[in-house]
Amino acid sequence: MHRLTIARIVEGLGKGDFSSMEITRHYLDRIAKLDPNYTSFITVTAEQAMRQAQAADQRRKQGDAPPLCGVPIAHKDIFCTQGTRTSCGSRMLDNFIPPYSATVVENMAAAGCVSLGKTNMDEFAMGSSNETSFYGAVHNPWDTGRVPGGSSGGSAAAVAAQLCAAATGTDTGGSIRQPASLCGITGLKPTYGRVSRYGMIAFASSLDQAGPMARSAEDAALLLQAMAGHDPRDSTSSEVAVPDYSAGLGQDIDGLRIGLPRQYFQQGLDPAIADIIQRALIELQRLGAVLVDIDLPHSSLSVPAYYVIAPAEASANLSRFDGVRYGHRCETPVDLNDMYCRSRAEGFGDEVKRRILVGAYVLSAGYYDAYYRQAQKIRRLIKNDFLTAFGQVDVIAGPTAPGTAFAMGAKSADPVQMYLEDIYTIATNLAGLPGISIPAGLSNDLPVGLQIIGNYFDEARLLNVAHRFQQTTDWHQQGPATLTEEV
Amino acid sequence: MQWETVIGLEIHVQLATRSKIFSGAPCSFGAEPNTQACAVDLAMPGTLPVLNEQAVRYAIMFGLAVNSEINRNSVFERKNYFYPDLPKGYQTSQLEQPIVGCGRVDILLPDGSSKTVRIHHAHLEEDAGKSLHADFHGMTGIDLNRAGTPLIEIVTEPDMRSAAEAIAFARKMHSIVTSLGICDGVMAHGSMRFDVNISVRPSGSETLGTRTETKNLNSFKFMEDAIHKEVQRQIELLEEGGTVAQETRLYNGDTGESRAMRSKEEANDYRYFPCPDLLPVRVEQAMIDDIVGQMPELPDARQARFIGSYQLSRSDAGLLAADKALADYFEATVKSCNDPRLSANWIMADLAGALNKNGLEIAACPITPHRLGQLINRIADNTISGKIAKQDVFPALWLQQGEVDEIIEQKGLRQVSDSGALEQLVDEILAAKAVQVEQYRNADDKKRKKLLGGFMGPIMQASKGQANPAMVNQILRRKLDN
Amino acid sequence: MNLDDNDIRKLATLARINVDNSIIEDVAHKISDILDMIDQMQALDTSAVEPMANPLDAIQPLRPDQVTEPNQREAFQAIAPATENGLYLVPKVID
Repeated sequence: MHRLTIARIVEGLGKGDFSSMEITRHYLDRIAKLDPNYTSFITVTAEQAMRQAQAADQRRKQGDAPPLCGVPIAHKDIFCTQGTRTSCGSRMLDNFIPPYSATVVENMAAAGCVSLGKTNMDEFAMGSSNETSFYGAVHNPWDTGRVPGGSSGGSAAAVAAQLCAAATGTDTGGSIRQPASLCGITGLKPTYGRVSRYGMIAFASSLDQAGPMARSAEDAALLLQAMAGHDPRDSTSSEVAVPDYSAGLGQDIDGLRIGLPRQYFQQGLDPAIADIIQRALIELQRLGAVLVDIDLPHSSLSVPAYYVIAPAEASANLSRFDGVRYGHRCETPVDLNDMYCRSRAEGFGDEVKRRILVGAYVLSAGYYDAYYRQAQKIRRLIKNDFLTAFGQVDVIAGPTAPGTAFAMGAKSADPVQMYLEDIYTIATNLAGLPGISIPAGLSNDLPVGLQIIGNYFDEARLLNVAHRFQQTTDWHQQGPATLTEEV
Repeated sequence: MQWETVIGLEIHVQLATRSKIFSGAPCSFGAEPNTQACAVDLAMPGTLPVLNEQAVRYAIMFGLAVNSEINRNSVFERKNYFYPDLPKGYQTSQLEQPIVGCGRVDILLPDGSSKTVRIHHAHLEEDAGKSLHADFHGMTGIDLNRAGTPLIEIVTEPDMRSAAEAIAFARKMHSIVTSLGICDGVMAHGSMRFDVNISVRPSGSETLGTRTETKNLNSFKFMEDAIHKEVQRQIELLEEGGTVAQETRLYNGDTGESRAMRSKEEANDYRYFPCPDLLPVRVEQAMIDDIVGQMPELPDARQARFIGSYQLSRSDAGLLAADKALADYFEATVKSCNDPRLSANWIMADLAGALNKNGLEIAACPITPHRLGQLINRIADNTISGKIAKQDVFPALWLQQGEVDEIIEQKGLRQVSDSGALEQLVDEILAAKAVQVEQYRNADDKKRKKLLGGFMGPIMQASKGQANPAMVNQILRRKLDN
Repeated sequence: MNLDDNDIRKLATLARINVDNSIIEDVAHKISDILDMIDQMQALDTSAVEPMANPLDAIQPLRPDQVTEPNQREAFQAIAPATENGLYLVPKVID
């Protein structure tokens, strides 16, 4: 049952092959049995999930089943869930039980999804390996000695290990796509503003975007349908109409112009990965697509610009964690300043503190112009690069990450090395564009993701291209050996 | 040495919106602590701001009232600092692109001259909560009801040269924002708060001295006192060969003393940057046109109208027109009695005195304008004398003892205009004052006028003030002159 | 860009985060590395470029001035570290 895609689960529930309570119970049992190997969940809400499943079965019986009625999913622990601890992977929020839910959580519930629990993540979504979580590192189901990527590493691992049908993630610099690539699943970061940020704990507000992490593009389309839409509680939420993503799938891609940025196939790319990406592109070409070489001249500056803008926004976004109204407060503070400084030193981990300090630095008097303003100007240049490119091509493709899943601890001592994990994903966040990562092959038995970047609000096209690829390949159906060996 | 004082003001004006600037929580004054602070105001994780349209309209209204440019694009920024009454750890404010650009306002000085004060800009921002220092076992209590209340901060150029000028400007701002209806103007609730930047320099010098900022003055009286003391302090420092430190100071209204703020000692680095949760605010011409069409009358225009329509003096008109509530009260009174001159006199003398004595704002006045108008009517139609009106009817109205006519009847205050009764009264007094009657009859016209008062007084006294003085006068003249 | 211990202390004060003396050198070293990476930006002349704060050239939506949020003090203060009489308590604030 755990091998079913959402599309098949909906079908099975509809036909009465199994109930939501049965499949929910099945997933909960799998989590209990297998997740100690992966630590992909921070909180499992078993009783609540069973209640939701029961209600879903009831609704289906009554004939008013919403589209995803009874489908068991999981939420990244960055989305506030009323009555359920929302930790953001941090000691700071270890005791935080929100009295409200994120719009994404409400939307998924309204679509009928059952929530199994909250998935592990890099603390405050800062990381590319899921090693910075207060709740322990997540292990990659393909090789538990390796990282799953991050920051949505828990969601990616849970989907890859088939502990849930799909999961929500967030992507500020690659945090959906890079772990999707490293765990061999399909992950979509939508256009900035496509999905509401309300109730999603902010890392970098102008870059953060929520999206689906799933087994296939078809499933991602179903999930995005439920997640997306205008939210009056988020000023940056877009009013652009949401198309029917599933209806757009299966269209032929004959004549589709795919741009290949020269800069994405140069320095730092593992030749084995380059080879897999080349073969995937040839497959798309076989399906009718036309490959076009393009330039994104300012690509190399996306990581530097990002590491100014993201920490700057984060340093302010994380100031609210001050031990006054919620979250961690240190024991017996001697005065107000001691309460602030000790609560925050104890509540935040090293990477979070590092980014807060970097953020404070780049915004401080005398440095603002050289750092923050310069980064914002480069941000415009990067966006302009993409606009120029989309004058010539329909989508842009390349690798999602420079390598496959790396060994735990391999990059954690060197922040800059870790930051370069997102070298191909960051630019789309800076520009606000949508991007999808889909499994494109294996290198040394580890999955490799193909990234496809679309124009603004062109998620339907991205999903269609991905779906066409998945109709003629089976990379997305391959799982970790440990799973295939399971009976 | 002669010193010149240089003053600039920063004025925080709470906007009279129903809800907060970035959330749907109410912002009325005086609620139980933290009952008007929603998830957004408390900076709960993941919550986001959405801008209140009315706050934007009020800011534009203010800009139009002070002849400012309205910036078609303005940007909210984050001003970062830690303070327990600032839940997000930053204040959402405007810096580089405020909504209201430079403007100018004319003020009338006590000596009758006028002066222009330039406004540097005015920006929209959110208010912080309140720290309650009452002792909670050595802790401070935080009430976040006020957090997120919309403010405009008005920043002037350093154009004022004395406390009197600063007060005149501050009063003018009060008058403008209350006339616009964008602020309730209740200083005691902190609806308007003043930060005063003060420096001194040798007379004739062109360079500015080092300034201090005295924060959070919420009465004109405190402001005046604080300026006088700070100017004195700076002059004394400089004359003793010292220097003025650039610092933020707190003035204590109870003791009349000021001191440097400890929490502001370390140099602040607010690390302003554009708030990524809010997009640029675009003001379309249509919105401005709409607001222009709805602009209430401004104090200067109202003053001119009072002079033209009611023949009031410039100073009376100015006084009544400055306060929207007072002006409305005046016009409602005139409507009831049709006597602008008497209405103005009563409001500025008796009514203002009683309000002042009881520490009340005009809005809380126990006498309705209709009743005051009736009182004036009863004087005009000789039902009561002016004296009885002041001594007996007005206090009864203040205590809300009833309508004017009821009070007159109940207390038997009706003026005696019955000629028979008055004739009898006059005869009685004249009989008792035979000597004076003789003196009167022997006197010339000029002297007679004086002596007449010697009869009027006792007659009015005998009638307990209720005799119609004009009729008494007439009867007296007839009886004595013949 | 090489930051020293003092720079880190200044930033830590601004950010209200205690940084232990034993690790301050390591923190300075790592942040300096990050700033070196960031400094690649400096070579580019951007004098003619408008800064971009937000990816979509959207404008701020305006909310009607309506009260929509009921009092939820009990729920909010149930998760607070310290409250009394409806107030959040903090160590004494000195103005």
